Amino acid sequence: MSGALLSVENAVVDLPTPRGNLRAVDHVDLTVGAGKTLGIVGESGCGKTMLSRAVLQLLPKKAKLSGRVMFDGQDLTTLPAEKLRKLRGRSLAVVFQDPMTSLNPVLTIGTQLIETIQEHLELDLAQARQRSIELLTAVGIPAPEQRLTQYPHQLSGGMRQRVAIAVALSCEPKLLIADEPTTALDVTIQAQILDLLAREQQRRHMAMIIITHDLGVVAGRTDEVAVMYAGRVVERAPTPALFKQMRMPYTEALLAALPKLDVPPHTPLPAISGRPPDPTRPLKGCSFSPRCRYSAGRCSTEKPRLSPAETLEHLYACFHPIAAGGRA
Amino acid sequence: MMLQAASNPLMKVENLVVEYSVGGKTIHAVSDVSLEIARGETLGLVGESGCGKSTLGRAVLQLRQAVSGKVLFDGHDLTSLKGEALRKMRRRVQLIFQDPIASLNPRRRIGDIVAEPLVIAGVKDPEERWRRVSEVLSAVGLDPALVSGRLPHEFSGGQCQRICIARSLVLNPEFVICDEPVSALDVSIRAQILNLLEEMKARYGLTLLFIAHDLAVVKAVSDRVAVMYLGRLCEVGPSEQLFARPAHPYTALLIEAIPVPDPDVRPTTSVPVGEPPSPIAPPSGCRFRTRCPRADARCASEVPELRVVAPGQFAACHHPLI
Ligand SMILES: Nc1ncnc2c1ncn2[C@@H]1O[C@H](COP(=O)(O)OP(=O)(O)OP(=O)(O)O)[C@@H](O)[C@H]1O
Ligand SMILES: Nc1ncnc2c1ncn2[C@@H]1O[C@H](COP(=O)(O)OP(=O)(O)O)[C@@H](O)[C@H]1O
Ligand code: SF4
Ligand code: SF4
Ligand SMILES: [Mg+2]
Ligand SMILES: [Mg+2]
Repeated sequence: MSGALLSVENAVVDLPTPRGNLRAVDHVDLTVGAGKTLGIVGESGCGKTMLSRAVLQLLPKKAKLSGRVMFDGQDLTTLPAEKLRKLRGRSLAVVFQDPMTSLNPVLTIGTQLIETIQEHLELDLAQARQRSIELLTAVGIPAPEQRLTQYPHQLSGGMRQRVAIAVALSCEPKLLIADEPTTALDVTIQAQILDLLAREQQRRHMAMIIITHDLGVVAGRTDEVAVMYAGRVVERAPTPALFKQMRMPYTEALLAALPKLDVPPHTPLPAISGRPPDPTRPLKGCSFSPRCRYSAGRCSTEKPRLSPAETLEHLYACFHPIAAGGRA
Repeated sequence: MMLQAASNPLMKVENLVVEYSVGGKTIHAVSDVSLEIARGETLGLVGESGCGKSTLGRAVLQLRQAVSGKVLFDGHDLTSLKGEALRKMRRRVQLIFQDPIASLNPRRRIGDIVAEPLVIAGVKDPEERWRRVSEVLSAVGLDPALVSGRLPHEFSGGQCQRICIARSLVLNPEFVICDEPVSALDVSIRAQILNLLEEMKARYGLTLLFIAHDLAVVKAVSDRVAVMYLGRLCEVGPSEQLFARPAHPYTALLIEAIPVPDPDVRPTTSVPVGEPPSPIAPPSGCRFRTRCPRADARCASEVPELRVVAPGQFAACHHPLI
């Protein structure tokens, strides 16, 4: 795929555990074009974070990655550590679920911003400080001059996430990876943070990956969605196409499990029974088969491959996909 | 003030005030809140982080002493009960916490964790305890023989929440406060636990106070919803009615903020930037006024009282939307 800013090719992440090998990411292919937004959706433990860490080359030490991660014309898996460090924070930035993971608790907001900026851009202290103030203003932090002297713990969770976003944006990255940036936050703050990310993404023409377990979060805010289950991408499509016609039963089940506002109270939710399989005990057939209501025949013995549906852009991995127009 | 026409409320909170003092400053966590919950009803309580939901729940349970106000459970004022009388009454009221994993002692086996309330309540016969423990574990969908001997870390977040629910049911309570029971859970597990709570409610004839910050979740299980902001109630009303026609601007904001899984619905951008002000120095008049698009001078000077805006629906606003 030429023209893509990021392309993950056949990525596999293996983690040794006391229970045996754990395949956290299982043959994943993904691309993100410059200025585009990709949503990655799936349940807890399905490999979203490990995939994003593979892109960032921030996997746990014992992890083994194979495949290629092409970013801006270079294969990150073969890049020397020093070059990688330069790249991260400069053209490749990340925002984690817990803002304290991105922020240093013993440094003031100002120090963190100014240091990041000066590490990557040639600005003097006064310029870097000025830029920090502009960034804090851009992410909606009132009285930014005063915030510069504060420590992360003196801010609320929503404010901290704004600061983490400001740090991530400080060097005008080409790609921002936001790993469940709002899962720990309130709905109103979530809406504000998602609006903020969308606005900055457009303003900077930056590519973005939003990782979440909530299909509602990606619906109006992404160009493309990849649904992950048990380490694999099981459905991938342009966002409007996906919501118009979900083909993979897991995607449909994830959507159905969301509480709906137009349904009267006390209506039982169509929950997905059971849990994802133990990743150290991979199933022979489709990983979703024990929980899938359409499972039949070879579903339990053979792995469905991710392949195109009616259009080349809409891929799914399922032997008995939901028929076009099959959803009520 | 009558908030509900329920002739026989199981739980009645009257003008409850709860404060914390930190470094010589007073945090106004719950300010003059009144509520009624009818027998067999689920009342949802929503509001942003820090608005006082958990504090209200804890004060109802007498885990936190109120500055003033009453908590009437089945006609008894819990705030004036002491010692054995309070313990007896408290047995009928249970609490499920937000963080399922943190609320289980990591070194104790599941069987002992679930049996603990029985031990505290003085049930001495181990066979009787085991009978109760296995009954509630089965009820929440766990195999008592398989799980009793295991430790919490062997379970997922959703399973830990099932264990917490089992523990809260083991004394056969009438009233259960669920403090954000699904906030820490994934979409799919969340649906399982919400369904489980509904089943348990029907099976054991429970009355629930269901606390959450997500209105969509609250609506799924609640007969009525109470909306809280910075220690005060903004609006109370039947769930469907409240969603269809919110009267308080804050309720409208919460509804707008829910992410809709439909790409044709453009996400809202009208959510005002900003977060609730500090509960140490809440704004004068209406506490929501610093974020409210309708605020005027009166909102700064006069505290809005809860008033009827529609049958069964009450809002504390000088300029309600309906
Ligand atoms: N033990 C405590 N000491 C001092 N202040 C406290 C204490 N517990 C809570 N507070 C403060 O009281 C206010 C209400 O807190 P509470 O925990 O009741 O909110 P909540 O609505 O349950 O929030 P969340 O959604 O985050 O659980 C907050 O400002 C909080 O910081
Ligand atoms: N540091 C680690 N060591 C071993 N296993 C891990 C580690 N981090 C994550 N895992 C496992 O890898 C799998 C994928 O995890 P993760 O990528 O964090 O999922 P998600 O982000 O989708 O919730 C899970 O089974 C998880 O338990
Ligand atoms: S391949 Fe079979 S089990 Fe897997 S999702 Fe499709 S129908 Fe269900
Ligand atoms: S009383 Fe005034 S500030 Fe408060 S919600 Fe109503 S209009 Fe807004
Ligand atoms: Mg993760
Ligand atoms: Mg709370």
